[in-house]
Amino acid sequence: MSGASTRDQLTRLLALAPYLQTRGGVPLHEVAADFGVSRDQMLKDLRVLYMCGLPGFGPAELIDINVEALVDDPDGIVRIDNADFLARPLRLGSNEAFALIVALRALLDSSTVASREVVERTLAKLEAATEAGSTPLVDVRIPAQRVTEQAIRGPIEQALKADRQLQISYLVPSRDEATDRVVDPIALLERDGRGYLDAWCHLADDRRLFRLDRVASVTVLDTPRAVPKLRPRDLAEGLFASGPDDLIARLRLSQEMRWFAEYYPVLTSVETSDGGLEVTLAVADEGWLLRLAMRFGHGLTVLDPALLGDRLSAVAAEALRLQRATA
Amino acid sequence: MTASKSERLMNLVIMLLVSRTYVTKDRIREVIEGYHGSEDEAFEKMFERDKAELRAIGIPLELGFVDKFFEDEQGYRIARDAFELPDLAFEPDEVAVLGLAARVWQHAGLASATSDALVKLRAAGYDVDREVLDVLQPRVQADEPAFDAMWAMTISRTPIRFGYRRPSDPAPTTRHVEPWGVVTSRERWYVVGFDRDRREPRMFRLSRVEGEVVADGRPGSFAVPEGTDVRALTANLTPVRPTSEATVLARRGSAVLLRRRALEVTGPVPGPDPGTEWDRLRVTMYSRDDLAGDVLSHLGDVVAVAPPELVALVVERLSALSGASS
Repeated sequence: MSGASTRDQLTRLLALAPYLQTRGGVPLHEVAADFGVSRDQMLKDLRVLYMCGLPGFGPAELIDINVEALVDDPDGIVRIDNADFLARPLRLGSNEAFALIVALRALLDSSTVASREVVERTLAKLEAATEAGSTPLVDVRIPAQRVTEQAIRGPIEQALKADRQLQISYLVPSRDEATDRVVDPIALLERDGRGYLDAWCHLADDRRLFRLDRVASVTVLDTPRAVPKLRPRDLAEGLFASGPDDLIARLRLSQEMRWFAEYYPVLTSVETSDGGLEVTLAVADEGWLLRLAMRFGHGLTVLDPALLGDRLSAVAAEALRLQRATA
Repeated sequence: MTASKSERLMNLVIMLLVSRTYVTKDRIREVIEGYHGSEDEAFEKMFERDKAELRAIGIPLELGFVDKFFEDEQGYRIARDAFELPDLAFEPDEVAVLGLAARVWQHAGLASATSDALVKLRAAGYDVDREVLDVLQPRVQADEPAFDAMWAMTISRTPIRFGYRRPSDPAPTTRHVEPWGVVTSRERWYVVGFDRDRREPRMFRLSRVEGEVVADGRPGSFAVPEGTDVRALTANLTPVRPTSEATVLARRGSAVLLRRRALEVTGPVPGPDPGTEWDRLRVTMYSRDDLAGDVLSHLGDVVAVAPPELVALVVERLSALSGASS
C-alpha cells in the first residue's frame, strides 16, 4: 500500500471508530458514502479496524465489529463495540481548519443579513477551537460591489424558499434595454466572483441565467411557480451554453486583445504572424457582436460574418456625425 | 500478509493514547505485532517512518522521560487533550452552514481538505447534511499554479523565494518573502508578507509568480507580527485606482447600464440630434480607454462631452471604424 493511501486509510480509521460509536448502527452503504469511499473499501477498512485494540490484543482488548455478517449482507448495519478508547475524532489539522474557515468567510461575505448571523456563530466556534483562529492567514474577500447585490438576493432567496414567482427588471446590454419579466427561480449561483440567478423566464419561455448585477429591481409575487423546479445548473461547465441558432463569428485579435480569448469561450484559436490571434466564437445575437466590434474595434476585427463590416462602418459614420455635432 | 501498515499504526496510536506514562521504544517493539521479528536496524527505520506518518496526519507525538526523577530513558506518548477534537457544540443550523461550506472550494486540494474536516465533524456526531440550504452558493476558485505552495508555506510559516514578473518587467526577478497571508483582492489571489529584500510588507499577485515557489528557511522560522490584520493590510497595499469624472450625453431610454452607474443624471438637455431627447450623465472614469469603449458600444446613442481627451479618443476610434479620415 502506498504512503498516501495508508495515510488516507489511517485518517478514515481514526474517524470511523467515533463515527460508529456516536451513531449506534449505520447501514454499510451510508458509512461508505459518508467517508467518500466504495462499499468494498469500507469493508477493508472495517477489517483492519477489527484487528486493532488495546495492548494485549486478546478478544477483550480488540475492537469488536460485525464484519463477518456484513460480508454476507451488503445492506447490513455496521455495529461497533469495545472501542471507547477512541471515542472522539482527531483534531482538525491546520490545513483542514483553514480550508473550512476560508470557505465560511466566503459564505459570510455573500450572505444576506438574515443568514449572516448563523454563519458568524459557526465561524466563531470553529476559530475558537482551532489555532487558525488566532491569526487569520488566509482570506477570501468577496468584492464590495456585491454588497449592492444583497438587496436583490434577499427577495430571491425568499421566493426560492416559498416557491413563488418573481418579477424582475433586467438590463440587457446587447439590446441596451431594461425588460420586465416574470420568472420561476431555480437557484442562486456563483461563478468567477459573480452572482447569477438561474430561472425559468416566462418572457422568453425558456431557461435563462441572469447576472445579479444587471437585475435593476425584483419583487416577490403571490403566484406560485408555474414550472416544476429544475436541477440547478452546474456553472463549472461554463456560463455560455451555445444554442442551435448561434452564428459562428470569426474574429482577428491584435496582440493587445489576446486576453479576449481567455475571457470569452472561443471555439478555436490560431496564432497570427503579428502576435495576435484569430478566433471563432458562437454568437447568439448579432447586435451583441456589433456592440463588441464597436467597443474593441481598435484591436478586434470581425472577419465573419463579412456583412457586419459594412454595418459597422455605417453605424460608426453616423455615431461620428453625432459626436462631431456635440457642442 | 503480515499485519498491514495501517493496523500497525492504529495500534501504535491506541497504545500511546491510553498509556498514562511515556512508553519506551523497546516496549513499543515488544507489544506492537507489526514490529515483531524485525532486525534492529529495520525496526529503527520502520519506527522513524511511522512517527513521521503519524505527525503528517496531525497526531501530536510527545517525547519525554519515562521516569521524571531519573532522567535516563525516553519514551513516547500522545496526550489525549491535544489529540481529540474538542466539543464544539454546534447547533443544527450551524451544522447546515458547515455542510454548505464544504461546497465552496473549487480547488481539488482544498475541497478534499474541507471534506476531511467534515468527516471528522461527522465522526463527532454532527450530521452534516449536504442537501440542506441550497440557496447561497459562493464558489472560490484558485487556478494559479503557485497557489498550493503559497497556501502550504503560509500555514507552515516557511520563508519562501520565487520568481516574480510584473507586466513591465522584461524578466522575472527573485523575491524573498515571509508569507503572512494568502488573500484575494479584486477577484485575484495575492500573497502578502514581509519582503526580505525591501524590508517592508508587500503583496504579490500569484498569477505573476513564475516557476516554483521554494522554501527559503525552515518551517516555523518566522512569526507573523502580533495583531497583523491580513485583510486590512491588503487594503493598504492595494494600489488605488486613479479615477476622474467624465460627462456624456445619452439618448432618452438608452444606456441602461451607464445610467445605473452614473453619479448624476440631468435632462432633458440639448443634444446632437434635435429629433430625440437627451440626458446628461456624470460618470466616474477609471480608464479613458474603457469609457471610450462604453461610449462606442452604444452605437450612436451616447456621445462624449468631457474631458477633451475622452472626446478626442472617441472621435479617433469612430473615424478609424467608419473608414473616414479624422
